[in-house]
Amino acid sequence: MLLLILKRIGLGLITLFIVSLITFVGVEVLPGDACTTYLEREAYGAALDACIKRLGLDVPAYERYFDWASNVARGDFGYSLSGEMPINEVLGPRVKNSLVLASVSILIGIPLAIVLGIITALWRDKLPDIMISTITIFSMTIPEFISATLLILIVAIWLGWLPGIVIIPSDATFYQLLSNIILPVVAISMIMTAHMARMVRSSVIQVMASDYVQMAILKGVPYWKMVFRHVLPNALLPAINVVALTIAWLLGGVVVTEVVFNYPGLGRLVIESISNRDLPVVQALAIILASIYVGINLIADLMTLMLNPRLKSLQIRK
Amino acid sequence: MESNLITEDKQKNKLEKAFEILKTMASKPSGLIGLTIVLFHVVLALISPYIAPYDYKAISPNTMLLAPSAEHWFGTDSLGRDVFTRTILGGRTALTVTFFGSLIALLWGGLLGIFCGLVGGKIDDVVMRVVDAFLSIPWILAMLLIVSLLGTSTEVLIPALGFFYGKGIVRVARAATHDVIAKDFIVSARARGHSNMSIIWNEIIPNVRDAILVEGAMRWSWMLLGFSSLSFLGFGVSPPTPDWGLMISNARGLMSFAYWSVIAPIVGLSSLIIGINLTADAFAKALGIDRSTKAPV
Repeated sequence: MLLLILKRIGLGLITLFIVSLITFVGVEVLPGDACTTYLEREAYGAALDACIKRLGLDVPAYERYFDWASNVARGDFGYSLSGEMPINEVLGPRVKNSLVLASVSILIGIPLAIVLGIITALWRDKLPDIMISTITIFSMTIPEFISATLLILIVAIWLGWLPGIVIIPSDATFYQLLSNIILPVVAISMIMTAHMARMVRSSVIQVMASDYVQMAILKGVPYWKMVFRHVLPNALLPAINVVALTIAWLLGGVVVTEVVFNYPGLGRLVIESISNRDLPVVQALAIILASIYVGINLIADLMTLMLNPRLKSLQIRK
Repeated sequence: MESNLITEDKQKNKLEKAFEILKTMASKPSGLIGLTIVLFHVVLALISPYIAPYDYKAISPNTMLLAPSAEHWFGTDSLGRDVFTRTILGGRTALTVTFFGSLIALLWGGLLGIFCGLVGGKIDDVVMRVVDAFLSIPWILAMLLIVSLLGTSTEVLIPALGFFYGKGIVRVARAATHDVIAKDFIVSARARGHSNMSIIWNEIIPNVRDAILVEGAMRWSWMLLGFSSLSFLGFGVSPPTPDWGLMISNARGLMSFAYWSVIAPIVGLSSLIIGINLTADAFAKALGIDRSTKAPV
C-alpha cells in the first residue's frame, strides 16, 4: 500500500519533470528568445544587453535549464519582464484569487452534482431526468465564454441584479472578493456541475443494474435504504477520479471565464503575460497549472485507493 | 473481372453499413436533431458566400448599430456591418480548421496509441509519460503561446490544434488496442509470422476503428470550442474575417444596447457545437460504444 502511494507520487514527479522540459524546450525552440520577444522592435543596443544580462541568456541553454529548474524546485520562478519584479510577487495575489473562485465553485458544484446525478439516475427517462439532463447537456456543451456572456446579458444588463464585471484590484481582501464573484462562480460551477452530474448519473445506473442490488431488491430491502446503503457508496467511488479530471480540465476554461468577468486570477494572468510576451511568467504559469493538475489527480488516486477495500487487498496479495 | 466483382461487393457492403449506422442514428430524436443541425451548418458554410446579402467587410458610418429590420435581419454591428451576413459566413473558418485539425489529431493520436498498445514495454512507458505531461499543461496556455509566437494563420492553427487534441486520442486508442491484443486472432497472426505493421493494419485497426472514430467526433466539438475560445480571446482568426468567437468578443462591450449583434453569433456557435455533440453521442450509441462514463480529457 505504502509502496503504491510512493509509486504514484514518483510518477507525478516524473510527469512534472517532463513538463518542465517541455516548457523550457518549447520556449527555446519557438522563434525568438525571452528578450527579443519582449522588447520586439526595441531589441537592440543597451536595452537588449541589459535584458540578456538580467535573464542570464548569455550562458548555454542546458546550464540555464538546470539553474531555472533548481530555482523552481525551491519555489523561485525568476523575474517578470513586464512587471519589473519577482514573479512570486506577481503570482501571490493571483493564486489566492483563483483559489477563492475555484473553491467556492467546487463547494457549490460537487454536492449539487451528486444530488442532480442521483435524481436523474433514479428517475431515469422520466420527466425529472429529461428536464435536468437537457439542461446539463446545454451547459456542458456551450463554450464558457458564451454562457458567461449570456449570464452577464441576462442577469446584469437586462435584470440589473448584479454587477456584470468584476472591478477589484488583484490584492483585494477576501470579503471584497466574495461579493464580486457570484456571477463567475455561477458560470464555472454550471459547467462543472453538468459534467459531474452526468458521471454520477451513469455510475448510479450501472450500480443499480448490478447483481447485488437486484439481490437486495429481491430480498425486500426498502427502496431508500437500498439506495443509500448499497448503491451510493459503490456508485460514488469511481466518480472521484472523474471529478478530479473535471476540475483539472476546467483549468483551461477558467482562463476564458476570468477574462470575460475581468477577474484578477491566474487565468487572466495567462492572457496578460502572453499579450505582454512575458515568457518567464508564461513558463512559471505552465509549471504551476501542471502541478495543480498532477496534484489533483494524485489526490484522487490516493482517495480511491484508501476508500476501495478491493484495491487494498489486491496490493497485499501482490 | 472476378476480383472486380468482389471489391465492388465489398464497397457496397461498406456503403450499406454506413447507411445502416446513419439510419440507427436518425431513429432517435436526439440523433436526428444533431444530424440535421450539422448538415444545416455544413450546407450553410458551403453556400453562404453566394447567398450573403451584403459585403461582410463593408464598413459604413450610416448604418452603425441598427436594430434588426427588413433590410438588416439581425441588425448591424458597431462598424455598420450586416450581422446576418457575418453570422452565416462566421462558421466557415471554424468548420474548415477544426475539420482538418480533427483529421490530423485522429491520424497521429490513433496510430501512436495503437503502436504503443501493441509494442508495450519501455517505449510505451516513455511515450505515455510524455503524453501525460502534455495532458497536464492546460491546452489554452500552450495554444496561446504557439499562436502568439508563430501567428494566427490557418497553416499554424490546423497542425497546432491537431497536435494538442490528438494526445487524448493516444490514450483511447491505446486502451482499445489493449482490449483486442490478447484475442486469439492477434496471437495467431503473430504465430503466422506477420510483422507489427501488418498486424496493426489488418487486425487491430478494423477492431479499434469504431472507438477511435467516436473519440474523434467528440474531439471535433471540443476543438471547435477551443478554436472559438482562441478567437474570442483575440488569438484566433484575424479581423475582418467573420468568425463567431471574434464577433461575440467584439459585440460584448456594446451588448447593453445592441444585444442583437452578440445573440446571432452565439446562436450560430452554440447550435453547431450542440449539433456535433448530439451527433457524436448518437454515433457512439449506433456503434454500441458507451461514452457516458468517459472523463472529459
